[in-house]
Amino acid sequence: MRLLTAFAAGLVFAVGLVLGGMTQPGKVIGFLDVSGGAWDPSLALVMGGALAVYGIAFRLITKRTAPVLTPRFLVPTRRDLTPRLFAGAALFGTGWAIAGFCPGPALVSVAAGMTEALIFLPGMVAGMLLFGVWDQRAARRPASSVIRSRPPAARARPPSRS
Amino acid sequence: MANFTPFASLLGGALIGLSAALMLLWHGRIAGISGIFSGLLRRSDVGELGWRAAFVLGLLAGGLLLSLVHPGGFSVDVERSPVAILAAGVIVGFGTRLGSGCTSGHGVCGISRWSPRSLAATGTFMAAGAVTAAGVTHLLGGAL
Repeated sequence: MRLLTAFAAGLVFAVGLVLGGMTQPGKVIGFLDVSGGAWDPSLALVMGGALAVYGIAFRLITKRTAPVLTPRFLVPTRRDLTPRLFAGAALFGTGWAIAGFCPGPALVSVAAGMTEALIFLPGMVAGMLLFGVWDQRAARRPASSVIRSRPPAARARPPSRS
Repeated sequence: MANFTPFASLLGGALIGLSAALMLLWHGRIAGISGIFSGLLRRSDVGELGWRAAFVLGLLAGGLLLSLVHPGGFSVDVERSPVAILAAGVIVGFGTRLGSGCTSGHGVCGISRWSPRSLAATGTFMAAGAVTAAGVTHLLGGAL
């Protein structure tokens, strides 16, 4: 049941991405490029539609004591604004604007056989694996180089979740 | 504004919101694609692999299905070399892990619950995207 429901949610997500225009790199870049003269505001409406539905649903659903299929809600609770957060988001935005893909549309477009996505996805996987290696090294670095940004007690980070 | 698709985009967005709501209702999880997908690449939390794989398979099945009934949904319309696309993939993969999320996790799920981290991340990636896109248009003639 858990697998079937997750599969169904993924399917609905994919339909939303394609209908919204997120699997058309030119459209995504046309939205990000507000200077281009031919600005396409469509993707602001994708976000608006998603926020409207999820914003209301989130408040209703979290009134429950638990989800339907699992023992508890696992919603991120961190509130700290770190250099990593800003650097990561800046890198992501840059890559997003270069290729016109963010992770969801890249996966959906791979299944559709889009050549660009078939090039992008292996890069994305490599980038994620690279981060894993870099992150482990950073955690092993002597404390003197990280003490400024974070006290040693806080080094044991909770699993990062988006 | 020639390519503006307000109704399709609003409906698409609503479906994304619905999917994220179902993940929360059923699994108590945030529908952050970069987080769900990258979880498949880690050897830790093995018990989490099932639902993550099922969600990603749903995404892939949706892509396959839609490419058959609505191929126009996958038009590219932009000039990018394979090297640029591959490099962008690496940057997106690394950046979404470093910043703990992407458009779905931060942009939709995080902003909906007024997470300060997600608001900051979304503002940052939108700004970086706008600067990069404008740079490619004006400094590189629209191709990369």
